[in-house]
Amino acid sequence: MIDAGTPAPNFKLRDQDGEEVSLESLKGQTSVLVFYPLDFSPVCTDQLSIYQELVQDFDQRGVKLYGVSVDSSFCHKAFQEKLGLSIPLLADFEPKGEVARAFGVYNDEYGCSQRALVMIDPGGVVKWAYCSPSALEIPGANLIFDALEPSAA
Amino acid sequence: MSPAPPSGEADLRSAGAPEPGPEDHVRGDGGQVVIEYGDYECPYCAKTDALLARLPIVRVFRHFPVPSKHPRARTLALAAEAAALQGRFWEMHDSLFGDQGHLDDPHLWQRARDLGLDLERFERDRRSPELEERVTRDFRSGVRAGVMSTPTLFVDGEAYAGVPAPELLARLGGGG
Repeated sequence: MIDAGTPAPNFKLRDQDGEEVSLESLKGQTSVLVFYPLDFSPVCTDQLSIYQELVQDFDQRGVKLYGVSVDSSFCHKAFQEKLGLSIPLLADFEPKGEVARAFGVYNDEYGCSQRALVMIDPGGVVKWAYCSPSALEIPGANLIFDALEPSAA
Repeated sequence: MSPAPPSGEADLRSAGAPEPGPEDHVRGDGGQVVIEYGDYECPYCAKTDALLARLPIVRVFRHFPVPSKHPRARTLALAAEAAALQGRFWEMHDSLFGDQGHLDDPHLWQRARDLGLDLERFERDRRSPELEERVTRDFRSGVRAGVMSTPTLFVDGEAYAGVPAPELLARLGGGG
């Protein structure tokens, strides 16, 4: 997995509406790439739904979340509608998993991304990265808030 | 000491599930304390609730509604809190988990009537900002404790996601 403090690799992906989202377009804001295995798998459903409930809290802190999986834009669109998500979903579809590989979170055995969170600062540098020990373990939203407001303790 | 979060923002950084306090819904008067974060529209929560009901434990219920997954979850949590203001939280709680097939507003009115609640007050209360805040507070305490699915139980500060396994139930005094 990519290390904190290193510049994020360049990428350009399409979201659920076919709009392009690139590292360049994220400059100027703090972003979190939420890598997850697949649309419509039950665990991902919980993960993105719970992040969705906290969108206002992320907004208040000027942070934007983006889901990333190997599914296509069309599949993302259906998934987003099913869950009522406003979080954009990026299609790491062709070449499959290229961006997940660039961030070092691709799982070759399963042919999809691992469950990982990568926070990118407004200058395009990785501020924090976390990879779940297993696909069944969902990284809590609390970890994102911890990374945003490190405790001085 | 940690710096306070910027004003107007709720602190959502990691913290253990809070100890049961005066504002919590608590029942049972002996044995292990089990804190449940749950959602009234979640079938696994209903199953868990039924399993826990058989155990000699102290049960604490906190709301963890996930409306993007369960569109009625928040409304139902508010209905339980509105019943709580009339002293009937656990009765409404049992009623909701006892029948998850009838969760529309007219069904809630019927449930409220069956429990002898003042219906006008129930309707007013379940839309009040104070109760919204109450439900949000439970949800946020769960987020801080790392809850990412329902149900999630806390026993002695340890989190257990999903319907409790037989080993956990046995440890809590079940099946003995």
